[in-house]
Amino acid sequence: MNSKTQNKIAIGGLYGIAGLVVLILLALLGYILVSGVPQLSWHFLTAPGKAFLKGGGVGIQLYNSFYLLILAMLISFPIALGAAVYLYEYAKDNWVTTTIRTAIEILSSLPSVVVGLFGFLFFVVKLHLGFSILSGAFALTFFNLPLLTRSIEDSLRTISDVQREGGLALGLSRWETVTRVILPAAVPSILTGVILSAGRVFGEAAALIYTAGQSAPALDFTDWNPFNISSPLNPMRPAETLAVHIWKINSEGIMPDAKAISSGSSAVLVIAILLFNFAARYLGKRLYKRLTSA
Amino acid sequence: MFVNNDVKNAMAMEERHVIKLSDPDHPVILSTEDLHVYYGKKEALFEGDLEFASNQITALIGPSGSGKSTYLRSLNRMNDRIATVTGKIMYRGVDINQPSIDVYEMRRRVGMVFQRPNPFAKSIYDNIAFALRLRGVTGKHKLDEIVETSLKQAALWDQVKDDLNKSALALSGGQAQRLCIARAIAIKPDILLLDEPASALDPVSTGQLEDTLLSLKEHYTIIIVTHNMQQAARISEYTAFFNQGRVLEYDTTSHIFTNPSVQVTSDYVSGNFG
Repeated sequence: MNSKTQNKIAIGGLYGIAGLVVLILLALLGYILVSGVPQLSWHFLTAPGKAFLKGGGVGIQLYNSFYLLILAMLISFPIALGAAVYLYEYAKDNWVTTTIRTAIEILSSLPSVVVGLFGFLFFVVKLHLGFSILSGAFALTFFNLPLLTRSIEDSLRTISDVQREGGLALGLSRWETVTRVILPAAVPSILTGVILSAGRVFGEAAALIYTAGQSAPALDFTDWNPFNISSPLNPMRPAETLAVHIWKINSEGIMPDAKAISSGSSAVLVIAILLFNFAARYLGKRLYKRLTSA
Repeated sequence: MFVNNDVKNAMAMEERHVIKLSDPDHPVILSTEDLHVYYGKKEALFEGDLEFASNQITALIGPSGSGKSTYLRSLNRMNDRIATVTGKIMYRGVDINQPSIDVYEMRRRVGMVFQRPNPFAKSIYDNIAFALRLRGVTGKHKLDEIVETSLKQAALWDQVKDDLNKSALALSGGQAQRLCIARAIAIKPDILLLDEPASALDPVSTGQLEDTLLSLKEHYTIIIVTHNMQQAARISEYTAFFNQGRVLEYDTTSHIFTNPSVQVTSDYVSGNFG
């Protein structure tokens, strides 16, 4: 066999494998959307759920998912940013940073159900936070932190060292160089990383089952005092998210239209995550263009 | 006749030839004494004792790995986190290579331009203005004025005066490098260090850059590392020849290029090695 035919066979094989992956993904996505999209309606997206009757919606779960996501991001982003800036811009390569990096690596490969159980024992039980949005947000922070730290560190790595030297040569301190030169230049890629990790957090279920809880008490959307138990802003109330809801009605749902609700919720989840991904690409590209082109 | 030849031979045999400066019009502004640079345990620069005349251009030449860039980067302590630098760097009578020196303040007096143009991901205007704002220069009028003079001194003003708010990353290589020079001189340094500033540029841009440097020496002392010997010959008053981590020869540029005292220098400038 000459090298030309060999090459053709190799290319054919690779095309086949790539095609198979795309096909599986499309089939999965298609199945979820085809069975789920017909269930979607304004009522479904906004109405509270019903435990025994048909016709319930996922309004509260959807709201909870977003609220939890925002809280988790508010907690994890500053920590991840600080850790990444320290690791990449300041820390020297020694055993301390090696240890930190190894810890991050291990934490990022931790199964999310383990994170959830840890969150249950530590936040829910030990710290008496109960099944609450706060417990859930802390658990999600543990789940999200390692990946976000690494993604921000990678963003910093894409900024060339000549930019750092440029800042220092102008008499800027390291801190000024990082905050005025490096971070602004890294914003598009950091933003992309944040949105992508938001998508992952949004779809997370296992870490939340034992922390944010599996019940969605009715909310009064006219009451914005975070200290009232029925207020949407109250961080101490249990809050089932959309992903947890899907898991729950599939394992123990007793409403007559459980299957339809599960399909609809899955479609909402998938569409939301797709939107996150598209938004990440679009915003990243746009920001990059604004910074680089005339 | 016999004596003359003897002297010539003796000079040719001499390993090093480093002059001391004595030009009252251009007093020494910067000098190094017993400078050694170590990367880890490896010594990259063995001895670099040089004096630099104010408002003149001094070229540092030598083959790759001869230590000239290492030497230059030590002068404004850009090697601080990378290498260990021992010895004295005297700037206007102060040793700036001691720990108590405020390096950030010092670098505002001893600016630097790098091999690869490195404009920031900001507008052309902000590339120049933002460091000034950080140092408390406020007021639109004042900033506008400094941006304009800096760009004019760097011979870039006419090309960008209508595009000041556009991103600096859209500039061509030559323009970007001149923006970096404008940015460096906007904070009014005494000394400008340039590390092969033209090596990434085409011949036309290189020519423009050289003209810019020649016009800048009226205000600044310029020390430039270059691989290009014609460039050194064209623009500099003094030239130091580096080889294997040592300054082998330092004299006026005309001396180095027409009548070098050290054999290795002669070999290098005539293109026999390097």
